[in-house]
Amino acid sequence: MAAADIKAGDRIVHKVFPPITRHTLALYCGASGDHNPIHVDIDFAKAAGFPDVFAHGMLVMACLGQALTDAVPPSKLRAFATRFVAITQLGARLTCEGTVTELFAANGEQRARLALTTRDERGEIKLDGSAVIAL
Amino acid sequence: MVDQSAVGRCFTPVTARVEPGRLRYFLNTLGEQNPVYRDADAARASGFAGTPVPPTYLFCLEMMDVDDPFEMFTALDIDLARVLHGEQSFVYHAPVLVGDTLTFRPSVTSVAEKKGGAMTLIGIRCEVTNQDGVHVADTARTIVVRNEVAS
Repeated sequence: MAAADIKAGDRIVHKVFPPITRHTLALYCGASGDHNPIHVDIDFAKAAGFPDVFAHGMLVMACLGQALTDAVPPSKLRAFATRFVAITQLGARLTCEGTVTELFAANGEQRARLALTTRDERGEIKLDGSAVIAL
Repeated sequence: MVDQSAVGRCFTPVTARVEPGRLRYFLNTLGEQNPVYRDADAARASGFAGTPVPPTYLFCLEMMDVDDPFEMFTALDIDLARVLHGEQSFVYHAPVLVGDTLTFRPSVTSVAEKKGGAMTLIGIRCEVTNQDGVHVADTARTIVVRNEVAS
């Protein structure tokens, strides 16, 4: 990423992830410390009114974060936020994208604001977020 | 149901070590191949004094090292089966590196009812400092509680 060339409207983040499996959810449960059974125990999920287990919101945000720091060195990341718009189901193939919306100066450095989205293979938005990066 | 009396409530501070083995497990789970998180030389070349952590990993550190991960839900009498994650944000002030010891100080900052009481949104903020007292990050999350509504 050549910082000097960045302008509003540029799509600088784009990454596609493999389908989310039950195995991924089990591993993420241990790796993240988020032991809420709703993501790994189908009996618990059904009793809570869901048809099946579903992905941790933070697993989906971790994918978006990975897409983000593939494009932007982590030393340049100043802020990262998302809204969890919809539940991400098993088998979802996620596409994470980020577009520059604004260039500005703050804390003595040039920065850019990015609009971020994560969608599934049907194009449904799962995460709607933003990031601030130093240029 | 959670009400305004919860605002300002603080929970037990959490002390978390950034351990390389647990971080590797996280990286492998996510298929994270970026050398900056795996290779000390790549991290140095990217301007870090050690190996940094991925952008959402602060959330995991707090949950992994807390004595009771669901302390807040128990204290506020929230059924875990009714909880969804609504929003999450991180503001980064200084690098977090493998080997650091972090302290998280969570507190409730807002409680709001939505959809005629069908949902309660709870805002939680958390200041994160390291072993040298450096304020490395602030995290904020919104928890959505799906309330039982009489039909």
